[in-house]
Amino acid sequence: MEELGAGLAKVGTGVAAVAIVLGLLLLIFFIGARAKGRLQSPVAIVVFLGPAILLLAYGLIVPAFRTTVGSFQNASGQDWVGFANYTWIFTAPGNSTFLINTILWLIIAPVLSTGLGLTLALLLDRMRRESVSKSLIFMPMAISFVGAGIIWGLIYEYRDPSKPQVGLLSQVVMWLGVEDPPNWLLWQPFNNFLLMVIMIWIQVGFAMVVLSAAIKAIPSDVVEAAELDGATGYRLFSKVTIPMIRGTLIVVLTTIMIAVLKIFDIVRTMTNGNFGTQVVANEMYAQAFVAFDVGRGSALAVVLFVAVIPLIVYNVVQLRKERAIR
Amino acid sequence: MTAMKRRRGAALLAGGIAATMLLAACGGSSDEAASDSAGGDTAAEETTETTETTEDAGAGDAVAAGCEAYADMMGNEGSTVTLFTSILPPEQQLFEQAWADFESCTGIDIVYEGSDQFEAQLPTRIAGGNAPDIAFIPQPGLLAKLVESGGPVAAPASVSANVDSYWNPAWKAYGTVGDTFYAAPLGSNMKSFVWYSPKYFAEWGIEVPTTWDEMFAAADAIAAAGVKPFCGGIESGGATGWPATDWLEQIVLRTQGGEVYDKWVAGEVKFDSPEIKGAMDVLQGWMKNPDYANGGFGDVQTIATTAFQDAGGPILNGECAMLQQASFYANFWENFQPGTTIAEDGDVFAFYLPEVDAAVAPNPVVGGGEFVTAFADRPEVQAVQTYLSSPEFATSKAALGTWVSANSGVPLDTYANPIDRLSAEFLTNPDGTFRFDASDLMPAAVGAGAEWTEMTAWFAEDKPTDEVLKAIDAAWPAS
Repeated sequence: MEELGAGLAKVGTGVAAVAIVLGLLLLIFFIGARAKGRLQSPVAIVVFLGPAILLLAYGLIVPAFRTTVGSFQNASGQDWVGFANYTWIFTAPGNSTFLINTILWLIIAPVLSTGLGLTLALLLDRMRRESVSKSLIFMPMAISFVGAGIIWGLIYEYRDPSKPQVGLLSQVVMWLGVEDPPNWLLWQPFNNFLLMVIMIWIQVGFAMVVLSAAIKAIPSDVVEAAELDGATGYRLFSKVTIPMIRGTLIVVLTTIMIAVLKIFDIVRTMTNGNFGTQVVANEMYAQAFVAFDVGRGSALAVVLFVAVIPLIVYNVVQLRKERAIR
Repeated sequence: MTAMKRRRGAALLAGGIAATMLLAACGGSSDEAASDSAGGDTAAEETTETTETTEDAGAGDAVAAGCEAYADMMGNEGSTVTLFTSILPPEQQLFEQAWADFESCTGIDIVYEGSDQFEAQLPTRIAGGNAPDIAFIPQPGLLAKLVESGGPVAAPASVSANVDSYWNPAWKAYGTVGDTFYAAPLGSNMKSFVWYSPKYFAEWGIEVPTTWDEMFAAADAIAAAGVKPFCGGIESGGATGWPATDWLEQIVLRTQGGEVYDKWVAGEVKFDSPEIKGAMDVLQGWMKNPDYANGGFGDVQTIATTAFQDAGGPILNGECAMLQQASFYANFWENFQPGTTIAEDGDVFAFYLPEVDAAVAPNPVVGGGEFVTAFADRPEVQAVQTYLSSPEFATSKAALGTWVSANSGVPLDTYANPIDRLSAEFLTNPDGTFRFDASDLMPAAVGAGAEWTEMTAWFAEDKPTDEVLKAIDAAWPAS
């Protein structure tokens, strides 16, 4: 009974809190709705955008600012160290591994995902039961990176060739006649590509669906006109299809690039950054939350943040251009 | 015009309701968090409280029959203490079983929350003002770091008194930061064991080694019979590499002695010193010896990709002879083969990793353990702290098996399991050279960072020993 009473009291407190907030908001909105004349538009803007801006400031701008400040401080965030953390990122021996790997990821994974996605979109465009095949290819998109990492971890599992195999990849390769498959996750530098395969596996569905929609949106009169002029096959593809979906292609590419920049889950699940597969985002996690070096962790976060900015700007500019054309 | 205005008003109202719902959702969660620490009844509690059946029995009564041991901890009926730990089921259930009596007698509800991301989440939760009341911290290095940035509260006198009377003074030092005693030890594990199969040892005609040289003579004999004698795995998710640091510690303590070990922990003896390099050379001839490892998995490199949980598997079918692992590995054998018996004449057992030189370090033992750290000083939290440091709790928990305490108040015959009894014997041995796991004592940037990754690279990529040691030294914080 006591517990029930305490529970009810708590529910009561909760309800009261909600009621107070609701009342306050209603008051604000009521006043907002009553505003007339010159004030009407500024008041409406404040009422509509205010909460969003407040939440955005609290959830994004303040943390970004604090991280930037933290990147100029030492491990425990108590003393100022100037640019020491940044110097460490770009000069410490061994750090070139995660810098180079991140660049490799940034180039290879998005290009291959987009390229494969485009190919599949074109191939599936004229297939029967298009939606079924598309759904199947799109499905990995619904799997989390950690889940995908675990699945592929089983595929890459290594056992001595003389013993029964556990990993699918080793077994398939042995069926194909390779007697001594490598320990995949240790197989430098190719292990990086084996990790990228997972990213591509997930992202290809996204690229395919978006690009397929863009291809279908090409006005048929344009295609017909080109065909009347004698364009077929590759010529039609390179001179008509590609220019028509160029904007979408770039958006897909940059979106995947942004996803790749922050890639962390796959690397952490599969190798934890060992065996020469470290990337910036996982190093950031390791510095901030394993070694508890808040300074270096923050500096790495800022590097990622800065690297993402041009991609986002380019993305937005492209979207604007697209809109201007239409 | 009026219609237009009315529509705008309606839109504003709709926006208002949406915003309210959003805020209410946020408010709700913080309410819940507050009630968690203030004594509540959330869903989390229901799922973790699997063993408790007598919730109301002790509430309200004075000291009931069977509750005499808890007389000092009464007076907190209906309160809740939140607990955060890296210890997961099935061990969670054993803990809850062990303190069920305490809970029903005192009316204090211990809400258990386990996470395999404990080390990463705890500092975040403290920084976010959402610290648990009590955390089981498995690394004194982490404790020191947390104290530095604020959060832990000093242990009450009752806990300090318990630790003084029941533990080796070394343990109290490990729970102390500066001059303040924060955390009492909880469970302990004895890391200086080598697991083996009595059946296959008999088949190969090998006696259980009692000296360092005998162990390697046995390894040579097994290798000659075509079996790689040692197996190992250091893959452990975000903590990959830790078993390798344990191997190094065993050798450092055995070949260099306790003093060098302590200086090494303090950073006065560098990794790149003749002492530690010498220990690495011993390890090179042991676990990195292609004739010895990695039994059942392949070459030496596979040590880096084999999960430590899987490493012992080949012992049961004779593909590997010996695995150097801690006492808690007893919990894993059941996973390989249900019904595996752990006994001197059973399927698998462990022998004490022999000393190298009694003059350098007699009966050396490397061990680990958790420390009960509080982040609040409410009376019910202190009552739980006091209880957890008492011989009553340790005995109650030890009686449930597969758990060892270095608490000397626990009678050795409480341990039903021969491994646990052997561990307790060594952990409470007054003549032993006991040292805490070095990587847990070093700054996290080394002990939970560079040493893990560099030792992993040493196995996986055959990174030269000199480079490995220099890289670990470089990670040592400047101050």
